[in-house]
Amino acid sequence: MIRDAPEAAGIASAQGRAVNGPSPGGTFHVEGIAFWAPTLPGWAAARAAFRGDAEPLATPAKRPAPEILAPAERRRAPDTVALALEVAGAAVRESGLDAATLPSVFTSAHGDLAVNDYMCTTLASQPTLISPTKFHNSVHNAAAGYWTIATGCHAASTALTAFDASFGAGLLEAASQCLADATPVLLVAFDVEATGALASVTASAGMLACALVLAPRASERTVATFDWSLASGANRSPGLRSAAARSLGGNAMAGALPFLEAMALASDGGARAVDAPSAAAAAASISLPLTRSLAIVLAPRPSAHAAARAT
Amino acid sequence: MPAPIAPLRISAYTVTSAAGPGKAALHAALRDGRSALSPNDFGPTPLATWIGRVAGVESTPLPAPLAAWECRNNRLAWLGLNGDAFIDAVHSARERHGAARVAVVLGTSTSSIGATEDAYRHLDDRGGFPAGNRNPRVHTPHSLADFVHAALDLEGPCVTVSTACSSSAKVFATAERMLRLGLVDAAVVGGVDTLCGSVLFGFNALQLVSPEPCRPFDADRSGISIGEAAGFALVERDDGAEAALRLIGYGESSDAHHMSTPHPEGLGAERALDDALARAGIDATAVDHINLHGTASAKNDEVEAALVARRFPASTHASSTKGITGHTLGAAGIVEAAASLLAIEHGIRPGTVNTRVLDAACGPQIRIDAVRAPVRVALSNSFGFGGSNCVLVFAGADADGQA
Repeated sequence: MIRDAPEAAGIASAQGRAVNGPSPGGTFHVEGIAFWAPTLPGWAAARAAFRGDAEPLATPAKRPAPEILAPAERRRAPDTVALALEVAGAAVRESGLDAATLPSVFTSAHGDLAVNDYMCTTLASQPTLISPTKFHNSVHNAAAGYWTIATGCHAASTALTAFDASFGAGLLEAASQCLADATPVLLVAFDVEATGALASVTASAGMLACALVLAPRASERTVATFDWSLASGANRSPGLRSAAARSLGGNAMAGALPFLEAMALASDGGARAVDAPSAAAAAASISLPLTRSLAIVLAPRPSAHAAARAT
Repeated sequence: MPAPIAPLRISAYTVTSAAGPGKAALHAALRDGRSALSPNDFGPTPLATWIGRVAGVESTPLPAPLAAWECRNNRLAWLGLNGDAFIDAVHSARERHGAARVAVVLGTSTSSIGATEDAYRHLDDRGGFPAGNRNPRVHTPHSLADFVHAALDLEGPCVTVSTACSSSAKVFATAERMLRLGLVDAAVVGGVDTLCGSVLFGFNALQLVSPEPCRPFDADRSGISIGEAAGFALVERDDGAEAALRLIGYGESSDAHHMSTPHPEGLGAERALDDALARAGIDATAVDHINLHGTASAKNDEVEAALVARRFPASTHASSTKGITGHTLGAAGIVEAAASLLAIEHGIRPGTVNTRVLDAACGPQIRIDAVRAPVRVALSNSFGFGGSNCVLVFAGADADGQA
């Protein structure tokens, strides 16, 4: 159930001391979106595939080399860092905002599984030979650290995990910061393939990353708008509409895919009018699990661009 | 500058560290200036260093209904939860607000990686994890909050903050936002980190581990002593009745400098301090006591000492409690939040245990000896790898910080 969450609530809370009494949630505007998976290396490709307009690549792309990193670091960085900085950079570029002043929320179910595999393998054989660089790359906030260093960002940055609910938890934190402090927030979500002995217990296939810039107020850059709230009750992850999204379902960040499909339908690329089934799907709210009995519910508002074209 | 926040009530808190189980043990160590560090006896091939090890973790298995989460870190979490009737306080909050209105927001750096390290030492003949150590919900960084959420039978949001050594300080900020927005009515915050090979050998590789008990801010300090701990606090919106203990501010920032070395001018730390004071609506002269990050690494202490010297009056009593507990990494934020709350409750300004001669970089604020004196406003600093900084501000009932 979606309760009406007027923007006024967000503005009131931002200006003042506390909001007293329950507030159901709020609204965020997506000012930038980015995506990367080996078969869908970029949001334009992913958006088309999630809408059913295009197929994923037959030959997977090599891992991204984010421009924001120095050339030597582009090669040396762990996969998670390369992935996260690629999508973070693309989403912030689209938003037109200054990365140096943007608070950020990084979320990943498992962090860098290859670095963890290295650490545990080395500890089991020659613990005194641990690489100091691999050790500091093993922290869950490594991507957040590299991002803030690369962009000269002194704003708050956090790194979260909530196992299979990591995307929902990251979105909740980013949406909360956006609403509570009336600030744009960068959300970056990623997971990589399980490697080595860890793969015998940890399920994660391939690489998947996405980034969103959420803003408290609409602007000419707004590509989609969502009202959000928390809802109790038994829940499970919503199904996926597209074969392209389903093909990525084995990654530990697959919980982001229902939202990304909604973004693909809600965000208006201006290419063509959306057909009736897509329009209906674009208007439907989606529910992302936070725990076994709680979800963050996202209700897309009609696209301003689409509305303008319809008149 | 951020706008001031309404204070949060600290309805209950508990801490279990090398000093012993529960608040009373840490209070006694703070009062008596007693180090709880001991020679390293952890793991199959212990390094020559000192550690802050919690007694009794090995002999306290999880209760049967929670056995699926069995690992050393979750055992320490369970030991910690059982301190100071904390579980009763959470159950009372659950009754008052409903299970879906109580969040679990916990910090950890390595969570249950120790169990993963164990599995790698005992792989089966196909190179997979051994039978009995294969629960995917253990071999993942969310293991801690997932376990505590289940152990406390809560249904609100459940998230792990993992930003290295600032983790369990930043949980207060996340919880404050959830409470301010009315998403929940209470939150269990805190954190747990246990000793494990990753951190002992990792910090050793960075040449940051001391061969002797750590001596924060000492002119001859030689690095950190790694510790383990569990700590929790129950936070709620302040209902207007003067709560005895309150969180009145926090600041979060990034150094944007280096993955494992602090910014040389303490730029990120100072920004976190400024934001924390602004949210608390106070200036630095109102701060009676600072629990410093004070790890006893050469660089951290140099940068932090300079920050304190330029920003606080001589009357502010600043000290590091890491000579007592060791550096408990992802749990340091909550351990030192608890030490700050104990300072307020008991009118004690703790000393810097093990330290003999203060570094010349220290101003008059940094003290070796504990003193008895009222603490109305206490700050706690937590700085971590990746340049992640968090400063918390706590106040007692008679603090005028919010006037």
